[in-house]
Amino acid sequence: MPATPTAAREGTTDMPTSYYLILSFVLFLIGTSGVLLRRNALIVLMGIELQLNAGNLALLAFSRQLGDQKGHAFAFVIIALAAAEAAVGLAILVALFRSRQTINLDEASLMKR
Amino acid sequence: MLFNLRLIPLMPFIGAALLMLFGRRWKRDTVVLVAAGAVLASCFVAFDAFFTRLPEVAETGGALTDVVWTWFSVGSGDTALKVDLAFRMDALSGLLCLIITFIGFLIHVYSAGYMAHEADYARFFAYLNLFCGAMLVLVLGDSLPVMFVGWEGVGLCSYLLIGFWYTDNANADAGKKAFITNRVGDFGFLLGMFLLFQYGGSLNFAEITAGATPSSALMQPFWLGQPVVFWAALLLFVGACGKSAQIPLYVWLPDAMAGPTPVSALIHAATMVTAGVYMVARLHAVYLLSPLAMAIVALVGAATAVFAAIIGFAQNDFKKVLAYSTVSQLGFMFAGVGTGNFDGGIFHLFTHAFFKAGLFLCAGSVMHAMSGSGDITRMGGLGKKLPWTHGVFVVCWLAICGIPIFSGFFSKDAIIAGAFATDLYREAGLAWVGKLVSFMLMAAALGTAFYMSRLYFLVFTGPSRADAETQKHIHESPGVMVGPLVLLAIGAALGGFIGIPGALVDHPELNLIGHLFEPVLGHELEIPHGIEIAFIVISTAIAASGIMLAWAFYGRGYREPAHQVAFKFPRFVALVRDKFRVDELYDAIIIRPLRGLARLLFQVVDRVLIDKFLVEGVGAAVDVIGRIARFFQMGDAQRYMAVFAIGAAGLVFFASRPPVPDDLRVTVEGMSVQVDARRSGRPSARELQYSFDFDDGREEKQTVPEAHHAYRQPGRYTIKVTVTDLRWGTSKSLKQKVEVQ
Repeated sequence: MPATPTAAREGTTDMPTSYYLILSFVLFLIGTSGVLLRRNALIVLMGIELQLNAGNLALLAFSRQLGDQKGHAFAFVIIALAAAEAAVGLAILVALFRSRQTINLDEASLMKR
Repeated sequence: MLFNLRLIPLMPFIGAALLMLFGRRWKRDTVVLVAAGAVLASCFVAFDAFFTRLPEVAETGGALTDVVWTWFSVGSGDTALKVDLAFRMDALSGLLCLIITFIGFLIHVYSAGYMAHEADYARFFAYLNLFCGAMLVLVLGDSLPVMFVGWEGVGLCSYLLIGFWYTDNANADAGKKAFITNRVGDFGFLLGMFLLFQYGGSLNFAEITAGATPSSALMQPFWLGQPVVFWAALLLFVGACGKSAQIPLYVWLPDAMAGPTPVSALIHAATMVTAGVYMVARLHAVYLLSPLAMAIVALVGAATAVFAAIIGFAQNDFKKVLAYSTVSQLGFMFAGVGTGNFDGGIFHLFTHAFFKAGLFLCAGSVMHAMSGSGDITRMGGLGKKLPWTHGVFVVCWLAICGIPIFSGFFSKDAIIAGAFATDLYREAGLAWVGKLVSFMLMAAALGTAFYMSRLYFLVFTGPSRADAETQKHIHESPGVMVGPLVLLAIGAALGGFIGIPGALVDHPELNLIGHLFEPVLGHELEIPHGIEIAFIVISTAIAASGIMLAWAFYGRGYREPAHQVAFKFPRFVALVRDKFRVDELYDAIIIRPLRGLARLLFQVVDRVLIDKFLVEGVGAAVDVIGRIARFFQMGDAQRYMAVFAIGAAGLVFFASRPPVPDDLRVTVEGMSVQVDARRSGRPSARELQYSFDFDDGREEKQTVPEAHHAYRQPGRYTIKVTVTDLRWGTSKSLKQKVEVQ
């Protein structure tokens, strides 16, 4: 194994970091538009998941670029966070569905009467 | 050192704590055992300290001391204030301790019988114990602040016990009246204390006494041409007036009779109300520096003695008569200490504690027999039915009237003769004060003999005026109540023998109390033999004539002269019966204006300013803000997220903009300019490209934020700098006009 990732990849035809970042950005945009535009709460949760993973991808890309393992650590933390968020979010959705037989977000507007 | 002094107040405090925590669950016998046991224990420690250990140190003017800990210590040097929680027993505080613990114990025993049918048994004894502890702190405290703690403590207990039957509004009101009146006095006490500290530099009694010399800073003029010491003494006396019920603050004491009778006996006759007298005696060195203050003390005392005695003529409630009698006797004590006769004042305090506690407990016993009523117009003929109570009352009555051999004779005579003989005021040109006080006290003594005899004759002699139902239930009190009565009667009969005017027969050592107090209060007042003998005769004559006069009016019930006086001077009799309407006067000049002010503040400040503007105003403001803010809220989570996303994008946009200075720093020198495009003059960490456009066709791109340019022709130019962030590709530009020539 090489001493540092960057040193090993010098001169090779590795993908540049910007590709990863662009992919990450695109994923984030897709996730965001899902969150903002879809009315199905399940899909919105999936959109949030996409946003989080876009963030993960960016972190890993920078981590690879800089040869710094901190990005990996952050990604793990975010994965754990995403799991927790999914559990809570799904629980809320189940509760929401039980109380009003729908998970359409337009119907869930109790905050404003 | 077998026992620490701190144990004396600590025992009742522990008793009070135990009773408050567990008393409710204990049996009544246990409650009494703990309460009376605690006081008996501290009584034992007090006697032990006073009789075995104090004599060793007292001869040289020393005292037993016990420093528990340093309470507080602030400042340094001349202005340092260090107050220890420390106790000090000398002859003066020791004697008070004996009175408090011994009479306190007797009254605890008596209460066991008197309160036997009371539901709130434990609470009563807890307060009583708390009172004993606070009172002992008051007398044993070795500095003014410690004394003040006890002073306030007894005030609190007094309030709690006056309002013991709190379900009756009148009792609760009486408690409040006592407390509030005392607050007025306490304010004076505090101010006096502050003055003493500011000019005397110490609050410790021993240091105050040592420092109170004619050359001390206390003698410097302070206000209205009077020295500091006068004002300090006067302010402290205001405190004493509150606690010891002197004119003008005496009004609370008669109302305080709303409390249970043992409370009246212990707190409002024997101990707490004498605290003011004790305080003046304790600070005798300070008072002696100001003959004028002493004169005021003596005159207020004498005036109170006369005034309260007159009110006592026409009261028809057993306890009210005794209450005014207490006010009057306290006046005697103040007249005693005010004429420099500190021995006499404290001596009267001592004898009064016995006979007045005895009288009050007799009142309790009588009221117990009369189904709870204290109306003496409905009594009479109780002498045969209550033989023990009757016997005790006779002894205490003769004592308070001042019949020779009984204790009150010696102490009252000592005060009256002392007032006449004193030369305390001569220097201040007030020599008449002593004589006047003496005559006023003689009048008060005549009044005392009269109203006490009236009470005796109306209650114990003649036919009964009670209704048949009440008469059936008249019975002597149980042994637990009679026992303390008898002990108090013995004290009231023989207590005077510790203060025989021995100098009269050339045996001054016979005057135990004078001998005892000499190291603490200085030499006893010298009274010429002629005056002494004359006053013994006069006092006896006054007492006898007062009793005979009362017999003529009230012997064996109401007699013709009593009716005649009431018929001839109806308005005056009504005025006396209404206590000279002092309460009404205070109501008109103090309470009503205060209430008016309170109502005004309530209507204006509270209702309008606070309620309308502050409370409702804040509420309305929040409401308005809420209405406006609600306009922006749609309650749709996704739209919130959209706003959030826009905001986040905005943040990224602003954060990624190149750092541009607020304005360009351009220095013009003739035809050349120097441009500095650094933000705050600091170099940026980011990779920036600066493009300088000098408006004459020249353009320079560089990574250095400074540029220099020389113009060919003079004129006005607009310099434009564009900063580009090479990584993000964002840019921003700035313009500035210059003129070169």
